[in-house]
Amino acid sequence: MNTAVALVLLLGVVLYGVFGGADFGTGLWDLTAGGAQRGQRPRELIDHAIGPVWEANHTWLIFCLVVLWSGFPTAFAAIMTTQYIPLGMAAFGIVLRGSGFAFRKVSIRTAEQRVNGAAFAASSILTPFCFGAVAGGIASERVPSAGHGDPVTSWLNPTSVLGGVLAVFTCGYLAAVFLAAEARRRDDRVLEVWARRRAVGAALTCGALAVAGLFVLDHDAHRLYVHLLHDGWPCLTLSAVAGVAALVATLRGSPALVRPLGVLAVAAVLAGWGVSQYPYLLGTHLAIDVAAAPPATMSALAVIAVIALVLVGPSLVVLFLLTARGRLEGD
Amino acid sequence: MAARLLSPAATPVPKSLITSADNSRVLLVAAADPSQLLPAREQMAFTLGFHIILVPFGVAFTFITMIANYRAIRHHDADALLLAQRWSKVAAVLFAVGAVSGTVLSFEMGLLWPGLMKRFGAAYGIPFAVEGIFFFLEAIFVAIYIYGWNRLSPWVHFWSGLPVVIAGVGGTLSVVAANSWMNSPSGITVRHGRVVDVDVWRVFFNKAFWYEAIHMLLAAYVVAGFAVAGVYAVGMLRGRRDRYHRIGLLVPLVVGAIAIPLQIFMGDVIARAVFHDEPAKFAAIEGLRNTGTHVPEELGGVMVDGRLRFSIPIPDGASLLSGFSPSTRVAGLNAIPAKVRPPDHLVTIVHLSFDIMVGTGFLLLGLALWFALAWRQHRLTPASTWFLRATAISGVVAVVSLECGWVVTEVGRQPWTVVGRLLTRDAVQTSGNLWPFFAGAVVIYAGVTVGAGFALRALRRRWAAGQDVSTPYGPDDEHAPVGAP
Repeated sequence: MNTAVALVLLLGVVLYGVFGGADFGTGLWDLTAGGAQRGQRPRELIDHAIGPVWEANHTWLIFCLVVLWSGFPTAFAAIMTTQYIPLGMAAFGIVLRGSGFAFRKVSIRTAEQRVNGAAFAASSILTPFCFGAVAGGIASERVPSAGHGDPVTSWLNPTSVLGGVLAVFTCGYLAAVFLAAEARRRDDRVLEVWARRRAVGAALTCGALAVAGLFVLDHDAHRLYVHLLHDGWPCLTLSAVAGVAALVATLRGSPALVRPLGVLAVAAVLAGWGVSQYPYLLGTHLAIDVAAAPPATMSALAVIAVIALVLVGPSLVVLFLLTARGRLEGD
Repeated sequence: MAARLLSPAATPVPKSLITSADNSRVLLVAAADPSQLLPAREQMAFTLGFHIILVPFGVAFTFITMIANYRAIRHHDADALLLAQRWSKVAAVLFAVGAVSGTVLSFEMGLLWPGLMKRFGAAYGIPFAVEGIFFFLEAIFVAIYIYGWNRLSPWVHFWSGLPVVIAGVGGTLSVVAANSWMNSPSGITVRHGRVVDVDVWRVFFNKAFWYEAIHMLLAAYVVAGFAVAGVYAVGMLRGRRDRYHRIGLLVPLVVGAIAIPLQIFMGDVIARAVFHDEPAKFAAIEGLRNTGTHVPEELGGVMVDGRLRFSIPIPDGASLLSGFSPSTRVAGLNAIPAKVRPPDHLVTIVHLSFDIMVGTGFLLLGLALWFALAWRQHRLTPASTWFLRATAISGVVAVVSLECGWVVTEVGRQPWTVVGRLLTRDAVQTSGNLWPFFAGAVVIYAGVTVGAGFALRALRRRWAAGQDVSTPYGPDDEHAPVGAP
């Protein structure tokens, strides 16, 4: 049962990585879209693409938090008493991002739009960096089981920086892929090309980072490196193959394949992280069974996860379908 | 062990004994408050106090909007339709801020109170997991409802609001289940300081659950109803007395006016439940020093040297309200073991907050009665200036009441985080320094408040100018039409 709940947690992390990631990534392209004149149309595309779905996409984070603190309270406390700096920044980033996005949508003056837009875009980069850095610290055994680890080196270290930067560009990649699809739906060739270029750029960056990252892990987090290659290799291979295939599909113009392949590439990396850490929750020292809450809690969480799947799953499908068909156009 | 040491009978521990492992608990209890306690509590109060203002709009605003929406479809009422559409745009802004400020609270569970989560996450966390489902459904359907006006059929669109209303109720019940569990922790078996078994039903449906949950749910409808009505009362005071403004005033005002008497009735029931189940909190609410009968209800006042001063007593009031008889025995603060007795300033805060909550509640009840009388007499909106003035400020009054209610339940639980099981000072974060974090929260939330103000003003100006379409991003709207302020 403990492993089942850990799997639910991993599933939550993967879904947050994919949906929340695609959502965060739009901020990267929003920030770099240029001045008010040049960036107007990309920003409108971003606005329409994530307007109806961003809150749902970020609920996966809440899902992960509640499963972690109910199912594995000691691990939650250990992370929170160690990596409180990046997590505090992420919390603030989430506030600025959501508020900035919602406010920009309704503000009239360019100056107000600019302030709100900058808050939205900058925090869209800061927050995934923090989460990537936190993941890097956990994976590289820098969060002690009893908590109260080093507040700085637990997230400012080679593995964390790799995790953070990789997170930012992975989000950017996913966002570009989704934005290209949205532009195509609108028959907007210019924006489609705009987004596809960014997808290719981000994909190449992520690929380079991943290769460089293996060297970083070999030196900085050798045990993780060994586990990744030993247990996680199917996931890594899947990710690499899907990533290359998605890139080819983007360049050769087979748009239908790009989204599923791109999502698969990112999901496989996150799954690979989980697989290579198993049976540990933190690094290679806090085992799932040791951190787990009493059986009754774990059963309750499993039941709640099933109910969530039954209720939330179809609802999300409806939301995404309506959005994809352009039925949720604000104005 | 802990229980014995927490009791007043515990004698001071000689210094020579303090080295033994058994006495680590004594040290903890006897030690001065950890330095992080103050910033942690300030930050929790600040961020929760901020978030709770937005909660009513997430929970109850959609219901109010659906009433106007129903009227619009059923009676082809163009004014009601315009109101419903505009309300859902305001809701989009408020829901966004509510969602992100709520996310911060979940981070703070760990960042501020890791001791609570580590020891009781297995039990306390479960209601939040349930809430996660409701919040998910709310986020999904609120988006469909807000963005679906134009391209969904009217009735399909209307019904997409219903899950939002249901999820609002479910989410409120779940979060309050977690809060009420802190007041009335049940359903756990603790061995050697660790939760070893959890009875999920008894955690969720703890003794304080029903009354706290219904109280908060009604509060959401009271606040949203009066706050929205207040906006249109202001408009009418400025001379815009058209049908659009009348409906905008009436629909939410009816909701608030129905909710407030129910709330006052519930408040009375809850006070007696607190009297029976949480005597320490009740003593703080009453500012009562000594246990006794014929206890007066003291209005106002401050605690000085353990005694309530400058208050106005109503003879036998507290005894009558809590047990329907002047001879009802009410426990005083002195009955609480000295080590866990709340200090004077906290008792003052709880006592005054309670008085303000009840007082403002009765003001709102008065407004509701005034409304009902005017309705009976005129069958129309009461258009008297004084009534509109009262309605205009009723939203603020309702928010004050809401905040005071939370102060009563949160401060009234001190020094406990989980009553009888975990002291707040043992729950708090001990790593790092929380002051900069708190300062950051104040700055960012201030910025968000200003931003929300500008955003809502932009909406109002646009509507006053008769524009309902969104403005494109980019230059040259510096001179966008600006309507009457």
